[in-house]
Amino acid sequence: MNGTSGEIEESEDVAAQQSVADRPERPADQAELLPELVAHLQKNRSELRQEWTNRITDAHLLSAMTPHEVFSEVTSVYDNYVAVLETGSVVELREYARDLSERIIPRGVETHEVVGIVLLLRDVLARSLFEKYQDDFDLLTRVLDAYEPAANRIANTVAVSFVEERERVIREQADALRELSTPVLQVRERLLILPIIGVLDNARAHQLTDQLLRAIRKHRARVVVIDITGVADVDEPVANHLVQTVDASRLMGAGVIITGLSSEIAQTLVTIGVDLGKMNTVGDLQGGIEEAERLLGFKVIRTDDAGR
Amino acid sequence: MPDVDEDTAQEPLRVSILRHGGHLVASFHSALDDGQLLRFRKELLDQIGRYRAQGVIIDVAALDVLDSFACHTLRALAQVARLRGAETVVVGIQPDVAFAMARLGSTLHPVLTALDLEAALDLLDHSDVPAGVDHSTW
Repeated sequence: MNGTSGEIEESEDVAAQQSVADRPERPADQAELLPELVAHLQKNRSELRQEWTNRITDAHLLSAMTPHEVFSEVTSVYDNYVAVLETGSVVELREYARDLSERIIPRGVETHEVVGIVLLLRDVLARSLFEKYQDDFDLLTRVLDAYEPAANRIANTVAVSFVEERERVIREQADALRELSTPVLQVRERLLILPIIGVLDNARAHQLTDQLLRAIRKHRARVVVIDITGVADVDEPVANHLVQTVDASRLMGAGVIITGLSSEIAQTLVTIGVDLGKMNTVGDLQGGIEEAERLLGFKVIRTDDAGR
Repeated sequence: MPDVDEDTAQEPLRVSILRHGGHLVASFHSALDDGQLLRFRKELLDQIGRYRAQGVIIDVAALDVLDSFACHTLRALAQVARLRGAETVVVGIQPDVAFAMARLGSTLHPVLTALDLEAALDLLDHSDVPAGVDHSTW
């Protein structure tokens, strides 16, 4: 999906650049008609823009934006649109569309709205061309032949830019979520805890291992308590991965205590035939921390006052 | 096992072996080929006897790969060292290396591992576990 849209964009890019470079070789018809068309659109800028804005309002698009904002965006989209028709290059339009997407995505503007307004503009302009050339059907056909491919390319560019921007935002959020999902916390000198809550899938298990091993080195940990009370069940690859994480931690000089094993996970571990001698497991997190403190030589004593 | 080649034997060994108290500290500077590993093992075992070392610390922090031959050599070395009275600790295994080894199932068991030199010295000096007992399983 991604690759395909990238390719389309790529080929468009090439086509756009070629048409810029080889402008004289454009079909003579287009070379003549496009400037005429552009002149027409520039001359009737105010009315067409107003017509377009009305159509947007009627269709209840961009309802998240104020009329003032809609008007200013409409103006720049219109000018960009005409500029693309004039130059045949979508590079600037693409940048503008990305910029626009960046601004309007946080406002909750949907993909169908963005595609919708561009298609509306396409219709508004086409309608005005119909009106202008309605007496000469032959000429109208040729004008539309010149207009339509350019207009389609513009609609395509805007839609692709918007979707790409959206995907970028989603990717960023996914990254942030992943970062947050596996905190590695130091509770005593040389003692880390790693509480895991939620679904532990393969990707998250990998990320967990990576963060844990780096944290072991950073905090110079000797004992790590991995608490999986919040994980209901894991499949066999992930269970294997957990065992490998324990092995890898040990290679780095840190012992691992696993706490809060659910009965399902315990059964999975037995099913895959884990050498239980290698796994140090304790019932709950409290027990795990106490065991870790014992290994590290800490002793927690309650003072008399606090007990009351 | 590859033989020690006459030519490679002339090359300087890319491992430094230093004395620290009653221990030997061997640091790998770069990846060793199999011939060099065997020379290193011989050199280290000689020095254990010569200096009556009680502990050997092998620092592999500079290595981004520990293949099965290297693991095997380290294990064998630790076993021989133990027979000569020295406990071996491998230190400085990089996170990526550690995980790759775990995935491939190549372990250093029963060789002890520690995070760094300090942890290793601590382990050797305060180890109340007799040699031969694997206390890395806790």
